[in-house]
Amino acid sequence: MDFQLSEDQLALREGLRSFCEGRVPTDQLPELEKVGGVDRELWSELAEMGVFSLRLSEDAGGVGLGSADAVIVFCELGRRLVPGPLVWTHLAARLVDGAADGTTIVGGVDLAGADAQTLVVEHLDGIDRLLVVRPEGIFLLDPRALSGRALPVPTDPLTPIHEVEALEGGEQVGGPSDAARLRLEGAALVSGLQLGIAEATLELANEYAKGREQFGQPIGQFQAVKHILADMFVRQEVARAAAYAAGATLDDPRVGDVQRAVSVAKTTAGEAAVKNARAGIQVHGGMGYTWEVPAHYYLKRAWGLENLFGTGDEHAEQVAACVERASHASL
Amino acid sequence: MDLRYSESDEKFRAELRAWLNEAVPAHGSAPAVNDWPARRAWDTGWQKKLFDAGYAGINWPKEYGGRDASLTEQLVYYEEIARADAPYVGVNFVGLLHGGPTLMVEGTPEQKAAHIPYILDGSQVWCQGFSEPGAGSDLASLQTRAVRDGDHYVVNGHKIWCSFAQAADYCELLVRTDPDAPKHRGISWLIMPMDADGIDIRPLPTLAGEGEFSEVFLEDVRIPVENLVGEENDGWRVTNVTLRFERGTAFASDMISLQRFVGELIDLAKRVTRNDASAWQDRALRVELGHLAAELDALWAMVKLSVCESSKTGVPGLGGSAVKLFYTELYQRVSDLALRLLGRAGASRSDVGSLPNGMILHRMLNSISLTIAAGTSQIQRNIISERILGLPRDRRPR
Repeated sequence: MDFQLSEDQLALREGLRSFCEGRVPTDQLPELEKVGGVDRELWSELAEMGVFSLRLSEDAGGVGLGSADAVIVFCELGRRLVPGPLVWTHLAARLVDGAADGTTIVGGVDLAGADAQTLVVEHLDGIDRLLVVRPEGIFLLDPRALSGRALPVPTDPLTPIHEVEALEGGEQVGGPSDAARLRLEGAALVSGLQLGIAEATLELANEYAKGREQFGQPIGQFQAVKHILADMFVRQEVARAAAYAAGATLDDPRVGDVQRAVSVAKTTAGEAAVKNARAGIQVHGGMGYTWEVPAHYYLKRAWGLENLFGTGDEHAEQVAACVERASHASL
Repeated sequence: MDLRYSESDEKFRAELRAWLNEAVPAHGSAPAVNDWPARRAWDTGWQKKLFDAGYAGINWPKEYGGRDASLTEQLVYYEEIARADAPYVGVNFVGLLHGGPTLMVEGTPEQKAAHIPYILDGSQVWCQGFSEPGAGSDLASLQTRAVRDGDHYVVNGHKIWCSFAQAADYCELLVRTDPDAPKHRGISWLIMPMDADGIDIRPLPTLAGEGEFSEVFLEDVRIPVENLVGEENDGWRVTNVTLRFERGTAFASDMISLQRFVGELIDLAKRVTRNDASAWQDRALRVELGHLAAELDALWAMVKLSVCESSKTGVPGLGGSAVKLFYTELYQRVSDLALRLLGRAGASRSDVGSLPNGMILHRMLNSISLTIAAGTSQIQRNIISERILGLPRDRRPR
């Protein structure tokens, strides 16, 4: 057993981290907002970094890495709030030509979860192809053929939203088991993004708590504040262990129940992202409530990710079902 | 990243499981909680069986008779101990987790020879004399005084929360040997024989009504100078040698047992009726239980991550504080759910019909101590924020 990041994984993480820090610095988020979501130049650079082809075999032109590696990569993307349908394009690498090399930007809608009626599509103007996941399979649609209207104020300023009239038809590119598998992999990758948010919000809040002074001392010297930060650290570590374990279990199902490991990751990392983002704003005080301080972008992104590939509650129900089966099996 | 146990880990598991399958049922059922002579005999008897089978001191070095198992073998050990419902470490806790390891690092050859082998085989029981009424979280402010008189220390003071004092042969005792030095620098670590004159043990019932710990009053207790562990006035450092171990894998078996408890709660939920249906048909309940189960799985993954980290560095990391904090608060949330499942029947601490009140209320009440003992949750948050996140220390009077 070696649950730590390997040398290669550390290098992968460092590479992505320095790329994202240079290319999507936190103080540039208001600028990205003006671009309105997907930036094609950034997209092709992400493709060159291997973000989309990461898990394709080398024979198929990919990087040949596994799901644990992908979780590490998506954690870095989450830390910098890199905008765009990253997870969908990554998942589409096997299904849609041009997704892996970044020339085709693929978005998606998951209609296989509890919320199957809401017809909103993220990044509709910025994508070339649209995957629709239903319980009966995966369908590929032309986003330009959809009739709908842009909703003027998206909750996450970096994720534009359209309301469409229908999401029917399309070319079927996968069956029911492919759809289920895609949702599992998607949930694991999203847990990586959520872990990244939990990490970044703690980092920002910690830095602020050390520099901001009130009553003649850094606010981080007050237990009332430092205990908020300690709880953020615990949530981050819980999410990290769960997200890594989900990736490792997808890579080697012999170590555990894949559904259970992924659902554990999605529920715990989702909670860490939302709660840490909220706590981060609280630590920033009045400035945290402003648009200028980036803390709010994290909370708004975390809210959106909660609804991708199953909410925390849906996954919690899955975990309960897995535990029920397992405790029956052991009797 | 590889989460698989190795072949040798699995071989170890198979041997241990086979042994436990025989040994656990043969050891019989636990005696009444307040029958100390019987509890001592039951706990130490189990320790002797572990010793004879080569499983005692799973994490102890070979030179002290331990198994010196790898950290992953230790995880296997805790998983199997919990799975088999084997006896808890019980009265052997202080010796195996504190006294023994401290002597290995700090003891003289004579001290090691007099205690370590007997702690390991269950023939010697230790208790802890650290906290005092005025020295809880601020342990270093302890006042129990030891004054040198020839080749003895004469000790006067008042200790509290001394677990297993009624059953113990020896006490790891912290005393003040230099009242004029700064508080961390005037403390010494002594081995106190519990049969010395002047020791008055008064059981202090817990809120569970159990006599787990006692107050210990010391009046002119004479302790030989050769019972000093480490240097005089260096007791604070000696103490910190072992405190981290308590926050490392010490809870591992309990975590697995808590996972099993959640499985049992599912069975309970199926048997109790709420709103004319089984409680398990309530989605809100399944979701809530699922969140707790998910957090427990994540906790176990966190333990694995921290174990892999320590096996590289050789010492338990500070991450132990995060594990302890998260585990203990999670345990209490699971207990809350269990009690709610009992509903009105929860008014009874003994079983009502086929409902397992005894087991649930026992867990519920005992779990209240978890966020207080071995460093309160608030102290763990201080440790995390100051030593891991690097936040400035509180302004504390020297």
